[in-house]
Amino acid sequence: MKSIKLISGCLLSALLLFSCSTNNVPTNGDGIYNNPNLSGTYMQEDQMGRPAVNTVFVSSSSKDGFNTTVPSNQSAAFQSMFETNLLALSPAYANGGLNALGQDAAAFTGLLATDVLNVSLEGTTTFFDGTNILTGRALADDVITVELLLIFGGEDFSENPTLSNDNVNENDKPFLASFPYLASPW
Amino acid sequence: MKNFKQTLGISLLLVAGLVFVAADHIDAPAVQGGTSDITDFYAFQGENTDNMVFVANLQGLLSPSATASATFDENVMIEFNIDNTGDNIEDLVIQAIPRNGKMYVIGPVAPSSPGLASVINANSINDVIFVDVTTYGSEAKVATKNGTSVFAGPRDDPFFMDFAQYSEIIAGNASGFNNPGSDTFAGTNVMSVVVEVPKAMIGGTGTINTWVESKRKQ
Repeated sequence: MKSIKLISGCLLSALLLFSCSTNNVPTNGDGIYNNPNLSGTYMQEDQMGRPAVNTVFVSSSSKDGFNTTVPSNQSAAFQSMFETNLLALSPAYANGGLNALGQDAAAFTGLLATDVLNVSLEGTTTFFDGTNILTGRALADDVITVELLLIFGGEDFSENPTLSNDNVNENDKPFLASFPYLASPW
Repeated sequence: MKNFKQTLGISLLLVAGLVFVAADHIDAPAVQGGTSDITDFYAFQGENTDNMVFVANLQGLLSPSATASATFDENVMIEFNIDNTGDNIEDLVIQAIPRNGKMYVIGPVAPSSPGLASVINANSINDVIFVDVTTYGSEAKVATKNGTSVFAGPRDDPFFMDFAQYSEIIAGNASGFNNPGSDTFAGTNVMSVVVEVPKAMIGGTGTINTWVESKRKQ
């Protein structure tokens, strides 16, 4: 009888707590210091704000350093490198040339060197949709063509047309309307 | 025109040392091809327009056969950083740490200190939302708590670009893109973490500056 009571007590506990083992009863600190222990110090290895910034504008020897410089220090450390590399990459900024945002090379790289994504909490979120500019980054945004246009396209997107669009305009799978939004894997 | 082309060609050759690897895929020697290599970052308004969605993708260019065995590294924290005061210093973080087949997500919460080193910013399991990491080939598993939804697992890489042709241009082997182009990332997967939070939790109005970091446990 005693063992029956023990067993039924255990079953009752199991119904309430999913287990008789006290190890699985959440206690303060569970999920942080035990069951599992997630605590510790985590040191930065990679970071990213806007797409392709490190890969395009940072010279090879500085790529790891860029990834471990906090954004608030990036402009002072890297803007001049960005400007040099932009002028080497694109003829659109030579002789006072501007991009379609009206920026010269210094202004454009001044924006990009602080590698954060600017995101509006009020309305449309897009890298560029023809109207809104830099209000977020949606899955379907053709960010590479936008960046190529800003790098090569000049004041009205008409310069260097063979370099300012990669002619890949959409993803290879449709996105989902609902969470988690990304398409299932291949 | 010929001079212009020559100038352009020389300019492109000059930057051939800039190995352009699209978005942020394998962007730097210390992380490329590893479990802390961020491939992409997205932030956009949710289906519920009161919410904001953050997406971090890691471990790019996974073939379908490689995806089944791909895992999150239990020593790598994925941290979304949110600056809502305009100084490009994080005021809030969302931390995601994988363990034993689950992804544990904390925040948005003020970090104990901003910068390159992070500690867990939670006191108990009550401050954590966790979800089973979705396995390859199964339906997406989603957990929701206090208006926040989380997902972790393999997804199709949402990035698209003719990276191969860009490389040919940079290498001086081509003068421009093809039309139509060819998506170098077609048919490849990434490991994704998706977190959707009420905008009210991250400032409510105005503009935020946001970025994602991978951080390794010491």
